Amino acid sequence: MSGLWREPGRRLRANTGAVIALGIVVILVSMALVGPWLSPYDIEALDWSHVAAWPGMAHAHWFGTDRLGRDLFVRTLDGARVSLAVGLVASAVSLSVGVSYGAVAGYLGGRTDRLMMRIIEILSGLPLIFFVIFLTVILGRSETLLFVSIGAVGWLTMARIVRGRTLSIRQQEFIEAAVASGASTARIIVKHVVPNVLGPVIVYATLTVPQIILFESFLSFLGLGIQEPRASLGTLIAQGAGEMEAAPWILLVPGGFLALLLLSLNILGDGLRDALDAKESG
Amino acid sequence: MPSPAVAVNDSLLEVRDLSVNFGAFSALTGVSFSLGAGETLGLVGESGSGKSTLARALLRLIPAARGTVMWRGVDLLSCDSATLRRQRRDLQMIFQDPLGSLNPRMTVGEALAEPLEIFEPGLAARDRQARIEEMLERVGLVRDAARRYPHEFSGGQCQRIGIARAMMLRPKLLVCDEPVSSLDVSIQGQIVNLLMDLQQEFGTAILFISHNLAVVRHISHRVLVMYLGRIVEEAARDALFAAPAHPYTRALLEAVPDPTRAPAGIPRVADDNLAAAGEPPVGSADPSGCVFRNRCRYAEGICEREIPRLEPVSAQHAVACHRWRALATSPDPTQSAVREPRPA
Amino acid sequence: MMQHGISVPTLGVENLQVTYAVAGGPVSAVRDVSLTVAPRECLGIVGESGSGKTQVFMAAMGLLAVNGRASGSVRFDGREILGLAPEALNRIRGSELTMIFQDPMSSLTPHLKIGVQLAEVLVTHRGFSWRDAMHAAGLILERVRVPEPQRRLQQYPYELSGGMRQRVMIGMSLLCEPKLLIADEPTSALDVTVQSQIMDVLRELRFEAAMAMILISHDLGVVAGLADRIIVMYAGRVVEDAPASEVLQRAHHPYTALLLECVPNLRDARLERMPCLPGQALGAGMQELGCAFAPRCPRATELCRLERPPLRAVHQSVQVACHHPLSP
Repeated sequence: MSGLWREPGRRLRANTGAVIALGIVVILVSMALVGPWLSPYDIEALDWSHVAAWPGMAHAHWFGTDRLGRDLFVRTLDGARVSLAVGLVASAVSLSVGVSYGAVAGYLGGRTDRLMMRIIEILSGLPLIFFVIFLTVILGRSETLLFVSIGAVGWLTMARIVRGRTLSIRQQEFIEAAVASGASTARIIVKHVVPNVLGPVIVYATLTVPQIILFESFLSFLGLGIQEPRASLGTLIAQGAGEMEAAPWILLVPGGFLALLLLSLNILGDGLRDALDAKESG
Repeated sequence: MPSPAVAVNDSLLEVRDLSVNFGAFSALTGVSFSLGAGETLGLVGESGSGKSTLARALLRLIPAARGTVMWRGVDLLSCDSATLRRQRRDLQMIFQDPLGSLNPRMTVGEALAEPLEIFEPGLAARDRQARIEEMLERVGLVRDAARRYPHEFSGGQCQRIGIARAMMLRPKLLVCDEPVSSLDVSIQGQIVNLLMDLQQEFGTAILFISHNLAVVRHISHRVLVMYLGRIVEEAARDALFAAPAHPYTRALLEAVPDPTRAPAGIPRVADDNLAAAGEPPVGSADPSGCVFRNRCRYAEGICEREIPRLEPVSAQHAVACHRWRALATSPDPTQSAVREPRPA
Repeated sequence: MMQHGISVPTLGVENLQVTYAVAGGPVSAVRDVSLTVAPRECLGIVGESGSGKTQVFMAAMGLLAVNGRASGSVRFDGREILGLAPEALNRIRGSELTMIFQDPMSSLTPHLKIGVQLAEVLVTHRGFSWRDAMHAAGLILERVRVPEPQRRLQQYPYELSGGMRQRVMIGMSLLCEPKLLIADEPTSALDVTVQSQIMDVLRELRFEAAMAMILISHDLGVVAGLADRIIVMYAGRVVEDAPASEVLQRAHHPYTALLLECVPNLRDARLERMPCLPGQALGAGMQELGCAFAPRCPRATELCRLERPPLRAVHQSVQVACHHPLSP
């Protein structure tokens, strides 16, 4: 399939905004991955001599410390790691479930499709928050569970999108040709339907990553997500909110990082859609 | 159950009383015909004739309301899906939109590999590649084409790719649904000639569907003419073009523009010479009696009351028209036009 | 360029070039085309896909895609219209200079009744009242022989057959009594019996209306029944420009001769092979070395491969671009 990505790739490179956004994302992700090792501190170390210290070079607390003397540079970047992990894992879950579900529903059509869409409609009606709380209460708290439950809720829209696209692809002659060639239903869905829905799927996936990160941050802000001593950007922001007047950097550092990350991901997603869309209609 | 009006020996395919409905609308009514091994049957008709519906119903790509399609002893319409899929190996199809019939995300090589993957899964990758390259050359494309994508090719080349894909397993029957209608006239012959060559080489029977009589004339041994879901005439090729019995067939023949006949200076009054005025009705208008009577210049009382059945005109020639005998004797400009030799 | 008497040509195209900006660099769709259409003349333009035949007139009408550029001159009734501002162009397009396309369905608005779409033309371009415009719409439908015109005015495009829609489009283009009607493959999407009916409508118009017509097609047979003069295009250039009778009796360019053989003919006794051209047409943007047609030409020589033949007069009204034209 490599030949098919050349043209969209070129279009993306021509989009300055998207390229900058991509660069920022790469920088932020690299910082999150590599950064903590550069600092002499870890996420739990309490530095009593520098409690709520301003960011500065002297004491190697480059982003300052929080109320308990924990280094914000390390905590922020570690929090970014957590947020990114949630984004990736949850997206992967919603992608695989959503694409399979949507492609099958769209291709099979008829009663099966109606039933499958009815299920989605019912699930959509349930408030996300209660669902996650419910799961957390029943199954206890664990990071993996958190990731999976977020992803399990996020697949609904992906399934709808894929189903819609599958319905229009189903009308096309090459699908008919595949049936006439003797291909089985499974083969048609995997080799003919899915590769042709990837365009919107990729775009939607890049746009859901920020949504998922935000949702997790929100959960953590409420106290439902990541537990101490680990933190995600959300919990850090929650802690920072209380210190806003006295030590604003405790809020601004993780808040700024999150905002920059989400903004860049959104711009990148838009750029991807523009690059791929022209290919779709061409 | 009505049997085909024209008997064919060694028939590979026997269609009996095939009917397809879309809701209340009958797209196809009581169609019966046979096709022998290595034979080409041309199926002619305009929009609304049901010819594409026939092709799809034949291969069970759409459901039929009634009828049987006997293929080598198996009724394709009532057998189970596993048997049907096995039969598909020998029943292939090429389509009207050459580019649309190819998956845009698959390379040409992958598209050609698919029939082999489905029906000969044990084949080694190297042998598969060899077969693909051989077929590409056979249809007039370079081997390198296997690495490229459909959108990199012209309409005519895409149709060659579609033919290559269909012929990978040497099918016994190739259904061609308007395969050249979307191509320039200068290229149409390339595809038609290729099909004729492949038939010579592999003995494939062909069902060639088209609205273009001139094309059908080159490739067919026998011809069926359809109108609004029914067969109105059936004959051997030469008999049909020399002495068309049904008014609609005559209209089709008259409608082929002849640059050497009507000089640009003389205006032809519309609808006067044409046996068929107007157009087929849009939607489900289903007239009583003969389906063609509203457009037919020769229609009379009986045409309104009774649906004409296919009756034999001669050994290999049948027509569904109440008035064919009267028309056969009347002088008709089409007749002389067909018999005159072309000016040097 | 040919002069037809002293009157101003209805359409005069001079040295038209059309290029498209695409990923790999600029692509030429039309390379140096010149032609004229006299008042009341019918010009047929014949060529395969990729010959540029449609692009010439898309450029003339200002309908090129965003990445298309046209240079040269296009004069309509003496006025230069290439590069004209959209407001000025809109006054001419749809009224004095009209075009109909291959697929009438995409030219008609699906959610508006036929009558409304027709009347709108007169209201916009001629300032008619809606009542007068609807009346005129009914008359125009009669003129193009649409049965039950009053009923049709109240119908939507999807309720009409392909042939009927094309008649409506022809009618729409006639409402303001244009000086020039350009028909781009008007019958290609239609059934064979309907094609001949539409051609009859166009033929009648030729004689009734004081209008010039341009008929574009890949099928020489379609054009031959109607055109006074025929221009054959290949790879973005004109290769033959001659009166229709000349072209049909004795084609000068080998390409034209081959196209003639490909015209569907029910009287051809040779049935073993269907006549066709070998290979494929040189598409837009492919590099020309020598004569673009040389690779497919049965008469090509070394000269043909090295040097591109210019368009020159063979005798009074015939121009050919060939080193070895067929002698009559």
